[in-house]
Amino acid sequence: MMRETPASLMTTDSPNTSTPLLQVRNLRTSFNTPDGKITAVAGVSFDVNHGETLGLVGESGCGKSVSALSIMRLVPNPPGVIEDGEVIFEGVDLLSVSNKEMQGVRGAGIGMIFQEPMSSLNPVLTIGRQITEPLEEHLGLGRGAAEKRAAELLEMVGIADSRQRLSDHPHQLSGGQRQRVMIAIALSCEPKLLIADEATTALDVTIQAQILELMKNLTSQLGTALLIITHNLGIIARYADRLNVMYAGEIRESGTAEQVYLRPGHPYTIGLLNSVPRLDRPASERLDPIEGEIPDPANLPTGCAFRPRCRWATAECEIAEPVLEQVGDRQMVACYESSTVVESVEAVWK
Amino acid sequence: MTVTPAVAAGSSAIGEVTGGSVNEPILSVRDLSVHFPLKRGFIVQREVARVRAVDGISFDIYPGETLGLVGESGSGKTTAAKAVIQLRTAGQGSVKFEGQELIGLSNSRMRPVRRKMGMVFQDPYGSLNPRLRAGDIVGEPLKVHGLAESKSDYRKQVASLLSRVGLSPGMAERYPNEFSGGQRQRLGIARAIAARPSLLILDEAVSALDVSIQAQILNLLQDLQDQYNLAYLFIAHDLSVVRHISDRVAVMYLGRIVETADAKDLYERPLHPYTQALLSAIPTPNPVHERSRERIILRGDLPSPINPPSGCYFHPRCPVAVESCAGTDPELRVLAENQAAACLLATGYGGALRG
Repeated sequence: MMRETPASLMTTDSPNTSTPLLQVRNLRTSFNTPDGKITAVAGVSFDVNHGETLGLVGESGCGKSVSALSIMRLVPNPPGVIEDGEVIFEGVDLLSVSNKEMQGVRGAGIGMIFQEPMSSLNPVLTIGRQITEPLEEHLGLGRGAAEKRAAELLEMVGIADSRQRLSDHPHQLSGGQRQRVMIAIALSCEPKLLIADEATTALDVTIQAQILELMKNLTSQLGTALLIITHNLGIIARYADRLNVMYAGEIRESGTAEQVYLRPGHPYTIGLLNSVPRLDRPASERLDPIEGEIPDPANLPTGCAFRPRCRWATAECEIAEPVLEQVGDRQMVACYESSTVVESVEAVWK
Repeated sequence: MTVTPAVAAGSSAIGEVTGGSVNEPILSVRDLSVHFPLKRGFIVQREVARVRAVDGISFDIYPGETLGLVGESGSGKTTAAKAVIQLRTAGQGSVKFEGQELIGLSNSRMRPVRRKMGMVFQDPYGSLNPRLRAGDIVGEPLKVHGLAESKSDYRKQVASLLSRVGLSPGMAERYPNEFSGGQRQRLGIARAIAARPSLLILDEAVSALDVSIQAQILNLLQDLQDQYNLAYLFIAHDLSVVRHISDRVAVMYLGRIVETADAKDLYERPLHPYTQALLSAIPTPNPVHERSRERIILRGDLPSPINPPSGCYFHPRCPVAVESCAGTDPELRVLAENQAAACLLATGYGGALRG
């Protein structure tokens, strides 16, 4: 199946695999609230390469979901405003294209799956109609061809009796099946990038495993890049090639999964890894959690936002915010003390 | 290999086998069932089906220990907890708390029992009255059970409860919406321990919290347990958290306990295929470990408890099921020291069983 890129989205040099598929540059998104302006995403930059799986991990309010919504230009406005930055997808800055062109990108260029499939699916339309709609819209297929393709897609995501299922409504499906339908819709136009925002968080453990394996297998078959957004460190460890760790609106550490999990350089990453009870380690008597609370986004600490909870904080951390700096081959850490941190952690973990 | 004869549900106590303690259990549940009738009809309502939310479960909890109750949605773990504390849920069977039978007790006679059983819920916001100040939320059990001698004693007790759970006593004047999620769960715990209970039922008590806060709450729960010799019934779907906090674990599937063992044994050598699949489904934060590990991916969805499969409820999804699994309903059998599983095929330390 071929996908026609709208002429206006074509660039002079067609994107090749050496330039990243998606380049997010200095993205800033804020919300105007009665308590004042909240900067949910405060200058985030990262790349997604063709066909790779990138993880975006962090706790609630860290800005991971708002980053994804900003890429898709789905931030509700008002109160949300994308203030600054560039989202370059296949060579085009999505923040400067028209709404109509953006509609072409959503679905055909970038697919997205959310946590709660029930609220993303239209309850009064059949499953079939919801899959055929983007096929007709983006690919210009006729009704008959679209229905045939929809049945194939349902089969691809592991839904049995796909022909009959097309006439079902969302409420007739289980949570896992709904998420399978969402994947079928998101992949229907063979996008280059699939964004999964806490897509398996609401599912039971055994169903979560099914959906994750399905998502990973399909994206690698189709060559689709996958951006997994989750708070679950285990999911990222299993599926992501690289990851970004976010805290209070910014990326604090990035690198390959091996680097970040086995040789973390940011105190927040270390704190996260020490907070979760882990089946791969002996059951310990006590966890070693990060102290304190996630800061109020309307009232962030000065300097490094993690400073009040950090064991390694010095006077310097109070003055200016550290920026991401290269610490290894592909690893970046935003911390003044990262060399001390790495040393002391290696001493403890060995 | 020796296979111990089947333990009939309800008669001989699983707890005797799995407990290993000389104490009397603080909570002893035998053959507990909770069935909800499904009714149809407008004027004349007829029962058309029966949902066996909890279907004959037995377990014991000893003073100061934690029993983890794990299962996915529809496994009946929350319904079981509500039936234990008699919270709008009438169960059949036997629930003995400190030697007293609770099934059939009237509400007024249940009240003094509830003083000794605290409960903490998943959603700390939904379970705290938004119009009460934090101090009154925590102090309510003191009033209800008449545990404060005077106003100043009441205030003193509330302040000490707040500081015991890591909140500053000055926060007593605030309303729940002024607290973060983690602080609200601390409030919920303070309220649950206010009347000095001997058993806490923790229903997904840390599931909604961010990992850094979850770890703080888990540590707090362990400290409180050590200090007051509290027994915990810890209900959760997260098996890593359950392993961390539990002494013993019972795994539920569609209203039944399919495996029970000491936590260490259950995680080191699960005997039931469902437990094995559950454990293998959990991703751990270690990329090297994760990518080399084989994963059991179960077929299909969780069946509905309204219309459970025949024989072993797990057989349609089970990677090792044989023909007889569809016809025979397996009983919980003791297969190893302190470990019992309800599976026709499971044998002690069943290495060959893995799918």
